[in-house]
Parts: sequence; C-alpha cells; structure tokens
Amino acid sequence: MNIIVFLAPFSLLLAGLGLAGFLWTFRSGQYDDPEGDAARILFDRDDDRPG
Amino acid sequence: MTSLDTSPHLIGVDLSGFVRIEKGGSERLELLVKGARCAGCMAKIERGVKALPDVETARLNLTTGRLQVTWRAGRADPAAVVRELDQLGYPSAPFDPLEAEAQIDREGRKLAMALGVAGFGVGNVMMFSVPAWSALFGQEMGDGSRTAMYWLSAIIAAPCTVYAGQTFFQSAWRSLRRGRANMDVPISLGLTLTLLISFSETMMGGKHAYFDASVSLVFLLLIGRYFDHQLRHRARGAARALMMLQAPTAQLLDDAGTAHGVPVREVRAGDRLAVAPGERSPVDGVVESGLSELDLALVTGESAPVSAGPGVRAPAGALNMGGRLVIRAISAAEDSTLAETARLMEAGAQSKSRYVRLADKAAHIYVPTVHGLAALGFIGALVMGLGVREALLRAVAVLIVTCPCALGLAVPAVQIAASGRLFRKGVLVKSGAALERLAEVDTVVFDKTGVLTVGRATLMDADSDALPLAAQLARASRHPLSRALAEAAGPGPAAPDAREVAGQGVEARIDGETARLGRALWVGADIEAGAETELWFRLGDRAPVRFAFADDLRPDAPATVAACRKLGLKVLILSGDIGPAVLRAALAVGVEDWTSGLTPVDKAAAVDALQAKGHKVLMVGDGLNDAAALSRAHASMAPGLAADVSQTASDLVFTSDRLDSVVIAIRVARTARLLALQNFAFSALYNAVAAPMALLGLVSPFVAAIAMSSSSLIVSLNALRLYRTDRS
Repeated sequence: MNIIVFLAPFSLLLAGLGLAGFLWTFRSGQYDDPEGDAARILFDRDDDRPG
Repeated sequence: MTSLDTSPHLIGVDLSGFVRIEKGGSERLELLVKGARCAGCMAKIERGVKALPDVETARLNLTTGRLQVTWRAGRADPAAVVRELDQLGYPSAPFDPLEAEAQIDREGRKLAMALGVAGFGVGNVMMFSVPAWSALFGQEMGDGSRTAMYWLSAIIAAPCTVYAGQTFFQSAWRSLRRGRANMDVPISLGLTLTLLISFSETMMGGKHAYFDASVSLVFLLLIGRYFDHQLRHRARGAARALMMLQAPTAQLLDDAGTAHGVPVREVRAGDRLAVAPGERSPVDGVVESGLSELDLALVTGESAPVSAGPGVRAPAGALNMGGRLVIRAISAAEDSTLAETARLMEAGAQSKSRYVRLADKAAHIYVPTVHGLAALGFIGALVMGLGVREALLRAVAVLIVTCPCALGLAVPAVQIAASGRLFRKGVLVKSGAALERLAEVDTVVFDKTGVLTVGRATLMDADSDALPLAAQLARASRHPLSRALAEAAGPGPAAPDAREVAGQGVEARIDGETARLGRALWVGADIEAGAETELWFRLGDRAPVRFAFADDLRPDAPATVAACRKLGLKVLILSGDIGPAVLRAALAVGVEDWTSGLTPVDKAAAVDALQAKGHKVLMVGDGLNDAAALSRAHASMAPGLAADVSQTASDLVFTSDRLDSVVIAIRVARTARLLALQNFAFSALYNAVAAPMALLGLVSPFVAAIAMSSSSLIVSLNALRLYRTDRS
C-alpha cells in the first residue's frame, strides 16, 4: 500500500496539469469558433494561429 | 428589404467611422458577413479580403459570422472590403465599435469556465471517491486509508466547488438581500453545509463525506444554467445580426455633398441624409430634394405607396421606392416617431417581467418543502436521541439527495432542445420564458401588411409579349417595382446601355429603338396618373403597356390560419391599412374578425382589451405600428424582415418566408411545455422516494451520488425526445 503515497500525489499532479491545460485553451480563445477551427485544418495554406 | 440580398447601400459610402485603431497603430474593422456557412466560404472570403492592398489579416469566425480585418497604419479602406464581399456574393454590415464591445459574452465565458472546472472536478474526484466507496462495502481498506482517500478527494472537490459554485452563491446572496429566496438559496445552503459536514466527518474519521456529491451537484446545475444562458445569448445575437443587415448605417451628407456612413444613433436633428432607392429612412425627416415614392407599410401598415417630393415628411422606416432622396433629419433616432411607441413598449415589457416562469413556480413549492423536511429530520433525530452529529448528517443528506439538479435541468434542457429544433426551421427564440408564454396562448392576432401578405409588390397581370422586353430594362434598375418585374420574368439579359432617370424610370435602346420603363407620363401613356403601384413600358412608337403590382398574400397564409384554428386558437386581423385592402385579405385567408385603419395606440388597446377578457394573445406583426401591440401581447412573433423595433419587441423572430412558422412554433412550444411538466412530475416522484430515505438515514455517499446523477440523466434524456418527435 506504500505505493499510494507516491501514486496519489502524482495523480493529483497529472490532474492539475489537465486543469491548467483546459484553462490555457480557454484563455487563448480556442472555443470561440468551434465550426471555423474544425474546417481550417482542411485548408491547403497552413494557418495555425487561433482566432 | 432588398438590402438583405446585397449591400448596395454600403457601396460608395465612407465607412471610416467604423474603423478602430489598435495599439500597434494598425487599423481594425469588424464586419458581420451573411451567408458564410461552410469551410469553402470561409476560405474564399479570407483569401479574397487578404488579397486587397494593405490588408494585413482577415479572419472570419464561422460560428458568429464576424469578419475581422486589419490594415497597416493609416491604410484602412473599409469600402474595398465591403465591395469585395459583395462581389463574392456575401452581404455585410460593419460593426459599430461600441456594439461589438457590448456583444462580448462575458457571462457566457464565466459560465463555460465554471462548467469546465466543475467537469474536471467531477472526473478527477472519482479517482479517490471510488476507492473510498469500496471501503464502505467492506472491501479491504482500513479506516485510515479511507480517511486519506477522503482528504485527497477534498483537495480536488472543495476548490472546484467553491470556484464553480460562485454563480449560485452570488445569485443566492443577491436574492436574500432583497428578502426573497430563489432556487439558488437551497443550492448554496446545500453546497456549504455539504462541504462543512464532509470536512468535519473526515476530521473525525467518519464515513459520511460527500465531497464528490458537492462537485457533481455544481456540475449538473451548471449544465442547466449554461443551456439557459446559451439559449438567450445565441438567439439575441442572431436577432441583432438580422437587424444590423437591414439598417446598419445612415448616409450623412457633409457640406460638399459626400456621403459618410455613420451609425444611426449618431444622427442629430438638422443633419442632411441621403436615402438611396431600396433603402429606409433612418430617422424622421423632411424631403429636401429628389422625387420618389415612399412605402410606409412598416410605419403605418398602408400597402399603397405615397409620392414624395420636397417638403414631404419621411418618417423613420419609410422605404424609398424611387429616385435618390435627400432628407433633413427633424429629430435624432431616439426621439423620432417612436417615442410614443417606445413608451407603450416599456409598459409591455414591465408586465412581461412580472411573468412567473415554470421553474420559479416549482421553486416556490420546492424551497420551503425541502428546507422544512431537512429541519424536520434534524429535530426528529435529536428527539430520537441520535445526537447532534447524526441529526446534522441526516439533514444534509436530505439537502443533497433532494438536490434540485433534476429540477434545475428539467426546464432548460427541454427549452434548449425546443429552440434548437425551431432554429433549424428558421425561428429564433429569444428566451425560455417566451416559449412558456407561447405555449399558453389561445388567440392569434395577425397584422396584414408584411405578415399575411409578403409585404412587397409582386407583378399581378402582365402582357406576355412585352414582359421579356421590359425585363431587360428592369434588370438594370434597383427600383423595387423593377425588381419585382425582373423576378416575375425570370433570368435573362439586361439592357447594356440602360440609364436610370431619377424619379421617372429606366431608358435603354432595344434593337435600335428607344425603350422606356417607368411612370405613365414619362413613358408617354396618355392617361391620368393612376395608382402608384404600376409601371408603364413603351418600345419606340408602339402603344404603352401597363404592369400592375400588388402586395400579394403569402401562399401559405390560408393554410396557416386554418392550422391555427385546428390548434384551438381564435384568429383575428388588426391592421392599419384601409378597409377594402384588409377585407380582401381577410376573405382570402378566411378570417371573419378583422379591424382596419388602426393607429399603433389602437392596436395596443385592442390587444389589451382582449387580454382584459382573459385571453392570452399571440401577436404576429412586422411594422413600427405593431411594436406596441407586440410588446403588450402575452407572446409575440415578427418576421425577419420586420422593422427593428418590432423585432426587439418580439419574443420570437421567424426568418423563413413561410407563415406556417407560427404554427410550428406554437406546436413545439406546447410539446416543450408538456415535456417540462413530465420532468417536474418525475422530479417530484424521485424526491418523494429519496427524501424519506434520507430522513431515515439510509443514504450513504455512494447512494447519493448515484441517485443524483441518474435523476439528472433521466430528465435530460426526456428533453431529447423533442428531437425524436421531429423525425416522425
């Protein structure tokens, strides 16, 4: 059971990374135009800056 | 109305008033682009606009239809962008910078963020809750490990609950300060108590910690909140977009006679404005120069146009049918003819705000019942000698399992499904309350012009030999009657050398002969000036030919009236037009109960009188003269081509040409009401089972989690049945 001492904080860390990732995608406007962004990948000329 | 097809009124107008200067010195303009729906459109538009000189970036948001263009410093050329978009086939309208700022959906972003955080909490808290639950069922885990699991779940759940629950805490606090208790009061109380009791239980090594329940409670409730917000925001944005495309700018003339596009609200009394053919007068004004006819259908409901020359009054909303007019504004936009209408509308809006929504009615029963039960459980347990701790646990269990999740989702889930379904049919619903009111109506009042009729001239009878020839001239003109004629003739060539003679008509040469299309006298027809809704055509020396136009009934108007009756609704017509015109329409659609010649105040009074008799009225109208009646009626609908005040006053806006949108909307609203009531019935049943169990102390954290999420799931699935009835 000692492994929990290591695993539990580690899983908390991973979860925190997930949350930080979500906040970043949200703040950088990646949910502002779901329809357009889904289509942009089909364009020939690459454009990787979010709206 | 033609402005919906292209944006000719913006071409050749100075739009520099809409350009904003960015921090880096580059200049930026936001435009609303209509009709861009697919990836192809987006690529075409961005490529086209980026190719214009000095354009730095062009980015279209496909979801909102907004195009952002930036130029190098001092090089902004908005007109070129509008022209380019027009050539690509997309009408556009510039965003007033203030308006663009106002449209940023701050509340929606806050809710989405809270929803994201709560969702994260629900998912991750299970890492520690599931092991803790298994300990409750006697699996091999000691008390110490279980407590550790609880602490770990607290680390995730407590901050998430506090952060994501702010919406509820703030709303509950606001409501309490006003001395009332809304649904958010028991929610906030439940959340706070749950967190506190879970911490104290964990500290004492007890089994009843509900950290996971607290965060899933917030998550499920936020889904309902988010739906409700999205519904209002999306529909409002779409409705505003419709209006912007209709009357985005006024063309202000400077001393040199150059037209500058300015936002309508910046027009002051005394300004000189140009009104191009096919455009509406933005404010009340008096004609200074130019000859034309004005269509007052949206202003007074009169279907026949009136002639306009210097000195004639051009009220706000009058459509210029003929040559270019220059008017002098006699009042600013805010205090034009609409002052009286606005006052009436305000009174209507006030009475509507007193309407109690279904969910609030439910909350009025729910809040005292649940709080009473929880108090009862607490006192009961004390009386039975179970101790304060056990008594408190039972009270909290009642607050958790009877959680208003199902109740909080019952209505928003149904309404978002209903409005989604209506959206696909071209009907915008402005709020959930609008749907609830629409479901209750028992009387439908139609306006005539623009509602039962199409609201614009269509060709009635035509000489089949002359029509193709006249159409060649008509295609070269923007005059509404010419357009109607061209539409009736179908596609074909336009006369290459056609030239428009202001206020008279179009002249061109066909096969070496002079052809004229326009006013009787100008063409040379030897008759007295007839009705204004006619065009004369003459080729060379041949006899002039007459084309008559009338405001035609919508093809599905009779069927719509019949369908309304079938739904058990009483149908009336209230019109501002003259008697004979209303009688003709009333006979054609089969309505016996009609009134003509009504002023806006009369209309509002007629609606009030009906409602005083206990009727719940649905008003369907499009004109400025309907705005007051629209806002006073129990529910209201306006077509997408209606005057903007009318659209603002209406609960629903239908953008399709079909009047049967009214019937569809009523049917969907009634189905939605039925499903919402079913959801309430289910929630009541669920609570009737869950509350006694919690009172008896039979609810463990595990049971609470299962019960809460499954009841929410069931009401959401029930709401989705709205889509299924769509297919059958």
